[in-house]
This record gives sequence, structure tokens and C-alpha cells, in this order.
Amino acid sequence: MSTKQEYEGPILECRNLSISYFTRAGEIPAVVDFNLTLEQGGSVGLVGESGCGKSTVAMAIMQYMGSNGGIVGGQVIYKGRDLATCSEEELRQLRGNEISMVYQEPMASLNPSMTLGTQLMEVPLCHEEITEKEAYDRAVQILADVNLPDPERVMASYPHQISGGQQQRVVIAMALLSNPSLLLLDEPTTALDVTVEAGIVELIGEIAKKFNTSMIYISHNLGLILATCDRVNVMYSGVVVESGSVEEVFDHMRHPYTKGLFSCIPLPGTDKLAHPLVPIRGQLPLPHERPSGCYFGPRCDFFEAGRCDQAMERGTTPMHEVTGRAGHTVRCERWSEIDWESYKPEGVVAHPSERGHEVLSIDNMRKYYELTDNSIGAMISGKRVRYVKANESISFKAHECETIAIVGESGCGKSTFAKVLMGLETATDGDVMFNGKDVAELPVQNRSPEQVGSMQMVFQNPFDTLNPSHSVGAQLARVIRKFGVESDPVKIENRVMELLDLVKLPRDFARRRPRQLSGGQKQRVGIARAFAGNPAMVVADEPVSALDVSVQAAITGLLMDIQHTYRTTLLFISHDLSLVRYLADRVVVMYLGQIMEQGTTDEVFAPPYHPYTEALLSAVPIADTSIQKKRIILEGNLPSVMSPPKGCPFNTRCPRKIGDICETQVPPFAEDHPGHIIMCHIPMADLRAVDPVIVQVDKDKSAAE
Amino acid sequence: MTDAVAGLPPRESKVIKYLKGMALIRESVVGMIGLGLIVFWVVMALLADLLAPFPPNATLYPLAMPGQFVEGMGTFWLGTDHLGRDILSRIMHGSRAVLIFAPLATFCAYVVGIPMGLAAGYRRGMTDAVLSFVANVILSFPVLVLYIIIIATIGASAVNIVIAVTFASAPGIFRIVRGLVLDLRSREYVFAAETRGESPWRIMLVEILPNARGPLIVDACLRVGYVIITIGVLGFLGLGLPPPDPDWGGMINETRQMAMSFPHMTIFPCIAISSLVLGFNLLADGLREVSLRD
Ligand SMILES: Nc1ncnc2c1ncn2[C@@H]1O[C@H](COP(=O)(O)OP(=O)(O)OP(=O)(O)O)[C@@H](O)[C@H]1O
Ligand code: SF4
Ligand code: SF4
Ligand SMILES: [Mg+2]
Repeated sequence: MSTKQEYEGPILECRNLSISYFTRAGEIPAVVDFNLTLEQGGSVGLVGESGCGKSTVAMAIMQYMGSNGGIVGGQVIYKGRDLATCSEEELRQLRGNEISMVYQEPMASLNPSMTLGTQLMEVPLCHEEITEKEAYDRAVQILADVNLPDPERVMASYPHQISGGQQQRVVIAMALLSNPSLLLLDEPTTALDVTVEAGIVELIGEIAKKFNTSMIYISHNLGLILATCDRVNVMYSGVVVESGSVEEVFDHMRHPYTKGLFSCIPLPGTDKLAHPLVPIRGQLPLPHERPSGCYFGPRCDFFEAGRCDQAMERGTTPMHEVTGRAGHTVRCERWSEIDWESYKPEGVVAHPSERGHEVLSIDNMRKYYELTDNSIGAMISGKRVRYVKANESISFKAHECETIAIVGESGCGKSTFAKVLMGLETATDGDVMFNGKDVAELPVQNRSPEQVGSMQMVFQNPFDTLNPSHSVGAQLARVIRKFGVESDPVKIENRVMELLDLVKLPRDFARRRPRQLSGGQKQRVGIARAFAGNPAMVVADEPVSALDVSVQAAITGLLMDIQHTYRTTLLFISHDLSLVRYLADRVVVMYLGQIMEQGTTDEVFAPPYHPYTEALLSAVPIADTSIQKKRIILEGNLPSVMSPPKGCPFNTRCPRKIGDICETQVPPFAEDHPGHIIMCHIPMADLRAVDPVIVQVDKDKSAAE
Repeated sequence: MTDAVAGLPPRESKVIKYLKGMALIRESVVGMIGLGLIVFWVVMALLADLLAPFPPNATLYPLAMPGQFVEGMGTFWLGTDHLGRDILSRIMHGSRAVLIFAPLATFCAYVVGIPMGLAAGYRRGMTDAVLSFVANVILSFPVLVLYIIIIATIGASAVNIVIAVTFASAPGIFRIVRGLVLDLRSREYVFAAETRGESPWRIMLVEILPNARGPLIVDACLRVGYVIITIGVLGFLGLGLPPPDPDWGGMINETRQMAMSFPHMTIFPCIAISSLVLGFNLLADGLREVSLRD
């Protein structure tokens, strides 16, 4: 396609790279002593928690450090050339032709006011001497390569006319247009739904094969790294702590941090009773507060004073080769002394809890939003009022001390459902019995303080959940007063302290402003706020999805702990099926405002599945090399709730669709066991015969065979 | 008492905290220059009685040139006007009117504009449609024409200037506040307040407004500057504070016929106005710069 000279040897090398930002507070060493070798066609993953410097590395490779960043040591060598010696013009050429980058937010890379075709053709038209026709053909071809159906139509569309997943495909297509040798992907699927993510991940794998592109894949999700990369660098606080092939690092990790990370994520083997998640204690140090010696020292179970905290020549512990394992390196002084087979971080074992009386009973609840259409066409046809069916025939029950997970992708009506429960919207039809009273048509203003206090929410975004203008204590005190728990100032103050104790925060946090808290600490305050009125039920809307995995484990543990102590009912809204499997007692799967399947966790995670549940399960990335999954990629887009499909809501994307009946008739609620309900036309016997999606293969056995 | 119960360090006073926040302006050179100019004029206004060499309204020695020394009286550093009044003393005393009425008028405009913006942005729907319509109608008049119409109708006095400024500025403030609220209303802490059944006005005033204060403070500084110009222009048009009390705009107006032969009579009040306006603009720039940096 283009005239790139062939190059033998590694595409990219980073040698002892150190990158700093210069701010008011002085120099911030964001990345220290970073080494990486990327072979032709290889793919390296960078994984680590927020702020560990992943994006900084990517920007340094692009030589695009912004106004206050700079490479303070080491080299970036691309195809044998030190990029530091390149002129601005040469770098521009490189960025246009050789190195491409894909960001998290697809819309950030697309111009909303130009058709996608124009944007796609622009690049080759201005970089290469080709005709418009050639550029058009090439753009269509590349869109077909990224598996976009109907490329001609996409070419003529504006960005907002296609879905988020399709936008990200277009961005990837754009990055591939110049046939780059190196593709940098910075969290390319974080903004997308799991089923859409699965499609993009598969695409990324295909690209590597088809175009022989080398890739650097940045993610905080170990499961995605397993699915896309052959080597991985685990980063912690600006340094790579472990590096090796994906199998090596996942199965024979030799760094306590890597081990800790894996203990934080719910893998199919974890179980809240027998094998609970174990958070890593302490907090990620800020770049200027790193300890001397090993940066992980203060949080490490194997810390040895005098050795681990020794000041080192390079600023931190050097990399050590893991003997006998080629290409596997770790930044730990004691890796060879630790008994890795028997080391299991200690978790707090939860106790099984008896479920109590019925707290919530929802029967045939509907929520329609009314839209008035003022277009001329609507006026002529007389259909001026249209309904958006945000929730349709929702029925389920929740008991005391039970955790119910509501699972579904964005736009499936989870938030509407939460709003109806909380009284911010009133139901159009049906009953919502909460503690024996129907609250379906009772807006929050008309509920008594006890009723309001006994049903509260924990929100998703830690950066948004607390009001930045008021101190933590003031915000908690307000809730206590509002719910009528206490009215005497001294008692309120005491109750605030109790709540902080409850969520394991130091008491002087009451005086702090939210911006002085980390994400996990804010989320703890959010939990304290929800539990201020001794609630009977707490609705948690994706409470940990915006947090780092090690913090996630701590917050989930805390939530379960408090719930257990107070025998609270927990409605856990989430798209993370691994987490749901770990902590939920029962699961409700929603799609386009309707419940597709519900049952106990074991029932939902094993056949018979609803076809949508099956697809969801297969889409979840799992960071375990011994897991084999069925691959089911959903075609098409999520239909709009404005015009949902007739018959079964899932029929436009269902891989198991059995025929016209799916498009014409609403499927029945079929019951497998009592309480396990599946809404599908496929006979239950056929559904039962389906193979499980997730299978654990015994590695040693399969190796021996 | 409560602090002792909880074993917490004593609360820092709100005022001190706020001042500490404000002290960040030190980091902006531009902001410090602006602040310096404003402080200069505030000191002038406060100490005019002590510092001014002559009484502002006394007829002393007509048409003295700047720096002229007159036997038995002293030096007229900035000269005198056609009625023999000392220009320096008049400017110093004149700063009082500006520094009282410009911030006061701006404050009143905010008192009217903020609740309107909050209501429109938070409630949306009909409230927003009606308020936005009214604001747009007012904003569609040329500002100066609007001022002249108002003052001409209700008469020229200090209070009426405040009323006129409020009427003409509130719609602009309304728009800014409305925009900020539209963004802030979707934050989760607002949602949390709604789910615990807080009243709408509490949500607007306690949950939303404090988070909009940054941009509003910057806007207020700029706006005080505009209002100073407005008061000057009204004074120039003879619609300002009634004579003989010194008023910068009025001073220019009274002496403009002689500007060709005695430029100092008009130039010095002009410089006074511009320097104060510049002070507020620079302060606004400085505040914005500091708030953007982190
Ligand atoms: N422009 C900047 N100025 C100062 N410090 C910065 C700047 N950008 C990043 N940092 C700091 O550098 C460190 C690394 O940041 P970076 O964005 O590379 O992390 P990351 O691993 O990509 O995190 P995430 O997973 O949140 O994207 C962080 O401590 C961050 O606070
Ligand atoms: S060097 Fe020491 S503190 Fe660091 S990871 Fe290894 S054992 Fe833990
Ligand atoms: S009813 Fe038909 S379309 Fe719907 S899930 Fe079942 S098989 Fe698929
Ligand atoms: Mg990043």
C-alpha cells in the first residue's frame, strides 16, 4: 500500500525511559526506568491501576508530552531510530504514517460536523498523492476490514448517527488507514458496553494477524490483556514491576503486587464465602510520596526492612530476571525467597446469611415516558404522543439481607427503574410494595422521612457523588437531620463519627473537603451517606465500576460487611458479571426495559440460559488462563427504546432466533425451577441442552494428554 | 464542645478559609497588578478627607495648569477646572461614588439574576422558556439605549442608576447562571439530594450554587468594570449623580467643551476611570488564570 522500508528487528524499544511532569509542586516523576521491546507483529499490554503512568508511556512513545511533560532520561527507539533526534516534521510524518493511536473516547477523535467519509478520506488525500476515487475505495475497504456492515452508508453518516461501538470501529479504521507499523490503544473499550467490547477485542486480534501491526494495548483490565496480548507489563506507581509473556505472568507471577491484583478480581473460582476477594491494603502512593527502595514496600506482605527500603541507584529496586524463565522479569528483591505456591493473601471470610422477610415486591411495574412529537408528519397522522417504554412488566421480589443484582447494558432501563424505586419518577402502572406499602405512585416529596431514609442509593461516580463545596461531615450531618435520625447537634456529630467508623475512615475526615479524598474514600463516604438512615434497602448503581481493582475489592467487601451487619437488602446494579457472580444471591437480567431472565446466581450462570444472558456471559473478559469461553459476538446495535422491536425485544440481535414467532409474539415467561424465569420462545428442554459458556479446563491434565 | 467529644482539631473559620483561597491570586502577576490598582483606589476613597489637598467643591483658582503653584494656596498637581475646583481632590472624592455604586449595582444585578438562572436551569420546561424569553427581549436592546430610556424615565439619582444597572445586567447574569446550572444539575450529589427529598430551593442554593461560584466571581469582577464605565457614561451624558458632588463621568461632561485648550480637565478623570476598570479586568483575568491552574 505505501512505500515503507522494510525493517528487521524490534519495531519499538524503550530503554530506561523516565518521564516527568513539571508542576507548581515541582517535578513529578510519572514514569521511572521503563523498558520495553516490541517485536514485529507482537502485542504488549500495559496494565495497572489509575495514575500508574500507562498513558504517559503512550504519549512519550508518540513524543507528544504536552506543555508540562518531558522525557528526562532514556530513549524511545522506533525501527532503530532514536525519536529524540527526529525533527518536528519527521515526527509529524511518523505520527501520520507509522504510529497511530486510539483513545478511550471515540468522539474525541471524530469531528461531529463532518461526515465520516470525509474524515476518513482526508488523511490519505493529504499525505499521499492519490485521487479522490482511490481514497474513497480505500476508506470503504478499511471500514469493511473493521467489520462495519454497509460501509457506504457509514461513509455518508455523521458520527452521532452511528453507535458508540461503531464509532470506535471507525476510529480504529482511521488509525489503520495509513497501514501503521505500530498501533497504540489506550483503553479503547472502557467507554463501551461489554457485548460491544467483545466485538472490538475480537477485531483487535484480527488486525494483528491481518496487517501484521505491532500493538501496545493499555488497559486496567487483566481479562482484556489476556484476550489481546502476548506479552504484558504490570505497572505500579510509575514503574514496571513485572514483565513477561501473558501465560508466565498470569500463571507464575513472581511479584507480590501482581499476586495482589489477581486476588482483587472476582475470578470464577472466587466465592464470597470460601475464597473471598482480598484488597491490597494501603493506598497507591502519589508520585512525590513514593518510599525509597521498592515502591510497593508499605503495602507488601513480604516487606523486609533494611532490604526492601534500601535506596537504589536507579531510584527504585532494579529488575531481576526470573531464573529459568526466559523473558520474565520482576522488580522484587525477594522474589526467589517467597513460597509462591502456598502464598494466599488473607481475606475476611463472610458468613452466610439467612434471608429474612420480604422487603420489596414489584409486580408488573411499567414506566412509560410520554413524548410529544411536533413534526408535521406526526400531526397529519394524528400520532402526536409517543411512548418510550423505559420499563415494561417488571416483576420480582427481594428479601431482607439478600443481594439482588440487576444486570444489563447501558440503556436497558436500570436507571429508570432506580428512579421509580426512589420516588423521583412515578410508575405508569403496576405495584411497588416496599415494607408493605405501595410506593409506586408516591413521589419522594410525599414519602415520610423514615420511608425515604429506609431506601437509599450509592452512586457510580466517586468524583461526582459528594458535593465539592461542603465538608464530608456537613454532608453526612445533613442526611442524619433530614431523615430525622437525630436532631441534637452533639448527637448528630456523634452519629457522623459512627458512620465514618462504619466505613473505616479516620474521624478527622469529617472536616475534609471531598477533593482531599481519593476515589475509594469518596465512595466510602457515599456508602456512609446511604446507611445514615438505617435503611432497609440500598440501591447501589455500579458502585465500584469507576474504581481501581484493588479499591473495588475493598469497597465490595465493605458493602457486603455492612449489609450483613444491618441485614440490609442490597439491589446491586452492574454490568460486571464476574462481580455479580461473586456477590449476588439472585440475578435479574434486563434488556430494553424488560426482564429477560431471573433466578439465583447459580441458576443464571449455568444452562438453561436466556440467549442474551449467554451472550453477556461470553462477552465478559476473564483474567484466568484456565478458563475457556464460548465466543458469541452479538451483531447489530442496541435498538432504540423509542422503537423497540416487535415480539421478543432481543430478536434483532439474537443468535438463536428460531423464526418468525420471535418477531411477532412476545415470548412467555417460562419457568425452569420455581423462581428461575426465562422469557424466550425456545422450549426449555432445548435451552437446558446448551453447553455452559464458561468452562474451567484443568491445565495440567490437558497438558499431559 | 462537640469537637472535644469527637476528638477533632478545631474547625477552621470559614472566613479564613475563604481568604486563604483568595490569597492564591498572589501567583498571578496580572491579577496582582489588578488588585493593586483596586486597592489604590479603595485607599483613595477611604482617606480622601485626609489625603485630598483641597475641599472638592470649593472654588479656588480657575484654570490652573497641572503642577501650577499658587501663592497662598499650594500646588494644584492636576490643575483646576473652569470653576476653579482642584481636579486631584475631586478625583479622589469622586472615587467614593464609583466604588460604592458600581459594586452595589453589580450585587443587585446578581441578586436578581442568580435566582432566575437557578430556577430556569434547574426546573427547565415552562419556567425556563418564560425566563429565557424575557431575558432575550431585554438583551436585544442596545445596552446604552436601555440605560438612557430607564434613567430618562425614572430620573437621575444614585438609586436609579442601581436600578438601571440591575435591569440591564440581570439577563446576562441569568444566562451565565442558567448555563452553569444546566451542567451541574446532572451531578450525582444533586441526584442524591433529590432522593432524600430536599426542597428544590435548597438544592439550588445549597447543592448547586456554591459549585458555580468560581466562574461567577470572575464574571462579577468583569461586570463591576463594565458598570464603572456605565456610570461614567451616564455621568457624561448628564444622567449620573446630581452635581455638584464630584463624579468622574460628570467631570468629563462638564469640561468637555474646554478639552481642546485644557486637556487636563478631561484626561485625568478619564485615566481614573480606565485605571479602575483595568484593575477589575486584570483581577478577573488573574482569578481565571489561578483557577484554571491546579
Ligand atoms: N499533565 C500532567 N501534569 C502533571 N501530572 C500529570 C499530568 N498528566 C499525568 N500526571 C500524573 O502522572 C501520573 C501518571 O499519569 P497517567 O495519566 O500516565 O496514568 P494512567 O496509568 O494512564 O492512569 P489512568 O488509568 O487513570 O488513565 C499520575 O500520577 C498523574 O497524576
Ligand atoms: S522488594 Fe520487598 S517490598 Fe518490594 S515487592 Fe519485593 S518483597 Fe515486597
Ligand atoms: S424469543 Fe427468539 S429472539 Fe427472543 S431470545 Fe428467544 S430465541 Fe431469541
Ligand atoms: Mg490513562
